[in-house]
Amino acid sequence: MPFEGVDFYDMDSLLSEEERAVRDMVREWVEDNVIPIIGECYVEGRFPRELVPKMGELGFMGANLPEEYGCAGLNNVAYGLINQELERGDSGIRSFASVQGSLVMYPIFEFGTEEHRKEWLPKLASGEKIGCFGLTEPDFGSNPGGMITTARKTDDGWLINGAKMWITSGSMADVAIIWAQTGEIGDAKGIRGFVVPTDARGFTAKDQKGKLSLRASDTSELVLEDVHVSEEALMPKSGGLKSPLKCLTQARYGIAWGGLGAAMACYDEAVSYSKNRVMFDKPIGGFQLQQARLADMLTEITKGQLLALQLGRLKDAGTMTPQQVSLAKRNNVNLAAEAARETRRLLGANGILAEYQAMRHMANIESVYTYEGTHDIHTLILGQEITGISAFS
Amino acid sequence: MGDQLKIAVLVKRVPDSEARIKIDSGSGGIDPASVKFVVNPYDEYAVEEALALKEKAGEGEVVVISLGADSSQETLRSALAMGADRGVLLKTENAPTDPFAAAQILAAELEDGGFDLILSGKLAIDDYHHATGIIVAELLGLPGVSAASGLTVESGKGSAEREIEGGVEVVDFQLPAVVTCDKGLNEPRYPALKGIMMAKKKPLEVKDVTPADSGVEVVGLDLPPARPEGRIVGEGVDGVAPLIAALQQEAKVL
Ligand SMILES: Cc1cc2nc3c(=O)[nH]c(=O)nc-3n(C[C@H](O)[C@H](O)[C@H](O)COP(=O)(O)OP(=O)(O)OC[C@H]3O[C@@H](n4cnc5c(N)ncnc54)[C@H](O)[C@@H]3O)c2cc1C
Repeated sequence: MPFEGVDFYDMDSLLSEEERAVRDMVREWVEDNVIPIIGECYVEGRFPRELVPKMGELGFMGANLPEEYGCAGLNNVAYGLINQELERGDSGIRSFASVQGSLVMYPIFEFGTEEHRKEWLPKLASGEKIGCFGLTEPDFGSNPGGMITTARKTDDGWLINGAKMWITSGSMADVAIIWAQTGEIGDAKGIRGFVVPTDARGFTAKDQKGKLSLRASDTSELVLEDVHVSEEALMPKSGGLKSPLKCLTQARYGIAWGGLGAAMACYDEAVSYSKNRVMFDKPIGGFQLQQARLADMLTEITKGQLLALQLGRLKDAGTMTPQQVSLAKRNNVNLAAEAARETRRLLGANGILAEYQAMRHMANIESVYTYEGTHDIHTLILGQEITGISAFS
Repeated sequence: MGDQLKIAVLVKRVPDSEARIKIDSGSGGIDPASVKFVVNPYDEYAVEEALALKEKAGEGEVVVISLGADSSQETLRSALAMGADRGVLLKTENAPTDPFAAAQILAAELEDGGFDLILSGKLAIDDYHHATGIIVAELLGLPGVSAASGLTVESGKGSAEREIEGGVEVVDFQLPAVVTCDKGLNEPRYPALKGIMMAKKKPLEVKDVTPADSGVEVVGLDLPPARPEGRIVGEGVDGVAPLIAALQQEAKVL
């Protein structure tokens, strides 16, 4: 049975015909191209790079950016649905698309020059070029404002020094968006963004080994040692920590939908397994304990769907706030973590196999829970929004 | 006609083959709320083939035509999203279940269209008639080839391959012609996101049609009877004799 989604509240009636067409197309593509190979990729610890050209051709990357740069020009709800369906396949595939679209193409579009846009966006949209986003450092994760990667002005450009950690697509990338301190360390306003070709002298990337989560994804450490870039590498409209945070708001928006995708994949698997697995002479779905698991999952998914959709409508109306995105990322990734764990348990011993999806999603979601602002950090963002008192300072 | 290829593709909205169908107690037909509708899969081969032929020719037009209720606009837009140039909906809330009546309406629309080639699926998965496309050919007085799994078109002529028992039949024909498409002809493309966005800007003409009285009347629909539960007749070697007996006497398949 191909995946048919989860739609208990007739959410489809709230989507336009195009939004549904986009969702159905990505769903079918994932069913045909991701599902058959992803378990193996995960075990091998390999990102299925062979899928990238097709993802580009179909328009998955930066799909909500304008058509004049080779993008699909979709609204944000359709963009969210793409993320949902990709993450239904695997968080690693969705992470790749999120980084490429929201963390590389978006800053180039938002903060770059017209030349940056023309040079990079069409190639990044088509998948001919791959990008990565370097913000996190070994000693600055939740607090990127403290970063110690520096960019110093030279006669004809900039000299960048530092190290970035946990960088998705880092080893595959042709171009890196590097955030560096141009002023005093600790000065949030001095942080600026640079478009750095990864073949620049002094730039090295190293795959981070030993991951037990997001294994079908490239996660790398970047080292920039006296990397000299031209004057034009600076994205002129980037200014201060709020610029990378604006990118994160874009990506987190997509993740709020992505979490639903992972949760729906698990729920689907749980329902099917509960009907087919017979124990004590009846399907385990006939026992109250398993029914409670399924009822909880369905309830949380349905709430998360309504939340994501309204967030998308606000984003399309231009009124969405970063705090609203925090709430959705926090809630929907958390519900995905719960759904994956409960499904894993419902599946018994089979639940630990790569042949089933639950444990892969369960392990993946731990990364998603941590990156793009940990669950805790979003709690504190909301706490500040509610009380007006920052827990950070 | 040069390199320009003008191709019409007949497409039908059908229930997804994976759908769990419910029968509407009022109308006696399929309850449309219970199922997801898709483009008839064989028609997708026809659309793909038309697009590929047009791309190969370098120039031309692919027109998708559907007979059905207003909801068939969505079916046409799926084909437009794949790359067809424009759509025509022959709109009626009482689309005939009789392939002859359907073919009459389609043929009337196609007659003066100036098409070099008319493609359709070899059958629609809702009624399995295998008939409409071929009746259209007959009504238009054109060569008709059914169930093509290979197709080439060049300088006014076509050649189609048909899978037959133990071999492949090659049929050469003059254009214009009608060809119905089988599985294996091609791998239909996914509609790219840009295609989906463009589809709503492409022309989609809606024409009201009144089907002639159909020679076929649907008396009723019934779901297949629920399958009786399986039964274990014995285990291991001991099971062989009772199994054979059951297959002979109860199932009567041996
Ligand atoms: C698979 C993967 C891919 C990634 N991809 C990228 C990428 O492409 N680009 C990029 O720049 N980064 C990326 N990251 C990095 C990610 O954004 C960081 O890991 C994240 O910001 C958390 O930082 P940290 O790991 O240093 O944890 P820390 O900040 O050290 O946090 C450790 C713990 O302390 C908690 N904590 C921190 N501060 C507070 C506080 N004030 N109050 C209460 N609790 C607190 C956290 O919630 C967490 O539980 C990726 C990470 C992973 C796992």
